[in-house]
Amino acid sequence: MELLGYIFQQCINGLQLGAVYALIALGYTMVYGVLRLINFAHGDIFMLGAFIAYYLLSRFTLPIYVVFVLTMICTALAGYIIEKVAYKPLRNAPKISLLITAVGVSLFLEYFLSLKAVFTPNYIAFPRPFEVEAFDLSLFTITNVQLIIFSITGVSLGLLYLLVYKTKQGTAMRAVSYDKEIASLMGINIDATVSLTFIVGASLAGVGGILYGIAYPQINVFMGVMPGIKSFIAAVLGGIGIIHGAVLGGFIIGLSEVFVSAFLSSTFRDGVIFVILFLVLLLKPTGIFGKRIDKV
Amino acid sequence: MNALEVEGLEKSFGGVKAVDGISFVVEEGKTVGIIGPNGAGKTTVFNLITGFYRVDRGRILFYGKNITRTQPYKLPHLGIARTFQNLRLFSNLSVFENVLSAILKKDGYNVVSSVFRTADYFMKEGKAEKKARELIEFFQLSGKENYPANNLPYGEQRRLEIARALALQPKILLVDEPGAGMNPREVQDLLQTLREVKERFSLSIVIIEHQMGLVMNISDKVVVMDFGEKIMEGTPGEVKKDKRVIEAYLGEEFI
Amino acid sequence: MNFFWEARKVILLSVLIYLSVKAIFFFGYVSQYIEQITLYALIVILASLGLNVIYGYTGQFSLGHAAFYGIGAYVSAYLTKIFSIENIFAYIPILFISGAAAGLIGYLIGIPILRLRDDFLAIATLGFGTLVRVLLDNSDKFSEVFGGSRGFVGIPRLTTFELAFVIVIFLILITHNLIYSRYGLFWRCIKNDELASASIGINTFSMKLMAFTYGCFLAGIGGALYANLYTFLHPSNFDILKSIDFLIIVIVGGMGSIAGTIYAGLIWVGFIEGLRIVLPAEVVDLRWVFIPLLLIALMMWKPYGLMTKSRN
Repeated sequence: MELLGYIFQQCINGLQLGAVYALIALGYTMVYGVLRLINFAHGDIFMLGAFIAYYLLSRFTLPIYVVFVLTMICTALAGYIIEKVAYKPLRNAPKISLLITAVGVSLFLEYFLSLKAVFTPNYIAFPRPFEVEAFDLSLFTITNVQLIIFSITGVSLGLLYLLVYKTKQGTAMRAVSYDKEIASLMGINIDATVSLTFIVGASLAGVGGILYGIAYPQINVFMGVMPGIKSFIAAVLGGIGIIHGAVLGGFIIGLSEVFVSAFLSSTFRDGVIFVILFLVLLLKPTGIFGKRIDKV
Repeated sequence: MNALEVEGLEKSFGGVKAVDGISFVVEEGKTVGIIGPNGAGKTTVFNLITGFYRVDRGRILFYGKNITRTQPYKLPHLGIARTFQNLRLFSNLSVFENVLSAILKKDGYNVVSSVFRTADYFMKEGKAEKKARELIEFFQLSGKENYPANNLPYGEQRRLEIARALALQPKILLVDEPGAGMNPREVQDLLQTLREVKERFSLSIVIIEHQMGLVMNISDKVVVMDFGEKIMEGTPGEVKKDKRVIEAYLGEEFI
Repeated sequence: MNFFWEARKVILLSVLIYLSVKAIFFFGYVSQYIEQITLYALIVILASLGLNVIYGYTGQFSLGHAAFYGIGAYVSAYLTKIFSIENIFAYIPILFISGAAAGLIGYLIGIPILRLRDDFLAIATLGFGTLVRVLLDNSDKFSEVFGGSRGFVGIPRLTTFELAFVIVIFLILITHNLIYSRYGLFWRCIKNDELASASIGINTFSMKLMAFTYGCFLAGIGGALYANLYTFLHPSNFDILKSIDFLIIVIVGGMGSIAGTIYAGLIWVGFIEGLRIVLPAEVVDLRWVFIPLLLIALMMWKPYGLMTKSRN
């Protein structure tokens, strides 16, 4: 029974981490859908979210729901600006140039924010917006932090679903992702749709950043790098460009990471994720939900 | 002797049959034209023969040898060369390098020779360069050897692509819509070039064409395709008179 | 031998450069530090040349080049330390073994990942780079010698100016000969159009693998020379930022230009290390704020690289 309880406990922990990855992976997958770009700076938007929340909580002691809204607005704005300034001028450039630019944006954000005059290169403690309470359910325990993460992730996913499948803008997003040229011929405003995609992706990453800060209360300007890469892998695993694929991929990656740490060694935690990536790329490069494409 | 035999070739894309049971034979030294309206599956047939698409069903024989599902890069070594409908030159490489690459692929030296510049390297390079110049001259591209391929006018790019294919010394040449995007004068030039190629290099040719005029003038036999199927086969004279062919082309320009 | 006859101009030029550099060192116009960074520049040029073969000539984008540089460095550090190598002639075989180890790993990792294209290849190579970094950080778990995240200490100092100079010139010549042979031509064909390359009979996969393996081999030799120059290694010397360093040199020098890589390598090392002399440490730390901006500006200004001819 003890082992079973342990496994259950690790599942809960894995789902907690997976929820954060899922929120980040959505931004990757949506941007890849409309621009065919791996937005390397997306992990840094997530980091930005955690830092903004940190300042709002520690300097202004705002209520947590206000912090959520303000953080989302700020990260959305950051995503919007990055797209307009760095990516838009390269819309017709070779793919790799766009990718190198994205890497540049990512490095810039990290090192600019790590300056002592801006944030700090050191780890800082994320303030607890509320006391942690654990509920003992005999087999395993669940904390109020975990419950909050699950419910906020659930609400975010629900809103995203409504946006993508029930609104005109969402339809435009899907159309651009399907075929940019045809979408443009049908009178869809490509620029506005791309901007909207960045805004939505960045605000989800902002939410992810706050949740991460609450769950793992140590933040640092480089904290977005590994979760960013892992979330991208999650998006590839689920099938890049597919929204529910990103969510499933996020949870799989989160669970694998937690289980490897629990049963093998936390040393191999990151290694296993890359092994998953290599396996997916080799066996089914289009991911779990992707369809096989046969073309010259 | 049959250079190429295609038997009951089938290929579907997502449930749609692009090629549905095509069979035809190319006799050695003959020119076969494949015609049909847009979307009839002509290019798909080429991509199946040259291994760029995986064959669903059917067989392809080259001089009696089964080459179905052979990887594309192996076919030039057997003697099959092709051109592409939408021109695939090495656009940043020079005209000379475009032709040279194919010759050196056919007849080259090993890594040790490259690194240490052995006698073999100089001999093979010298031979290849000489041959490349000959081909460039034959295709009237002399004086443009050092131009990047994408700086040539369209008609010359078409000729360069054929020159590159012939540099492989193939037994059969598959030409995909060589007249696409050309004006009538350029088409006439191309026709003349293809006739000379046939005489000089003594090979079999399969030519896909949308413009019937071009094919009729050069082919010994014409295969007509529509909706992935072969609707008839015969000499250019027979095809011109056939009712089904005229129907298939109805609404299309008919030269 | 034809090899030397063909390369006579380069060899002559190298001897001249060698003598003048040696004279400058001899008369003591420069500090030990400058001598060290001159050596470092040679190493960086070699590793960047490897990336240029992979990316500049063959068009296979890699964000994990520093990993192969690191593998070469750690292999050489390990071998020279456990065998306590002091003799330079015993060191040369180790140098090539280190390069071969990096090349072999490049070959093995290339088999799965070189089927991928552009951005997927980028993420796979980045993944591999991160994996190597994690392994190096935990390397003390395999053997105490490696030092894990504390760093690898006490490596014999064997890299001399003469050795590095001869090795680098020799490898540049070999690279030149490869690039100006049918293999280099096929690499460039693949960069231009993989499908067309297959249509003229080029086995694109094995040619890409060859370029990747060779590029990793060069990085490995560079890493080995680095290890035995600085006598101390730390996993953080081989992370993505180092890969970006190589990438910038290849892009600034012009993709597909040997001379460009040499100039850009010299300028880059001179610039970064020069800043260290001129400016206080806090300001030098700012460089990772400006380098990404430089990278972005380069991409916007010339998306195809600096010294390559622009497309029409």
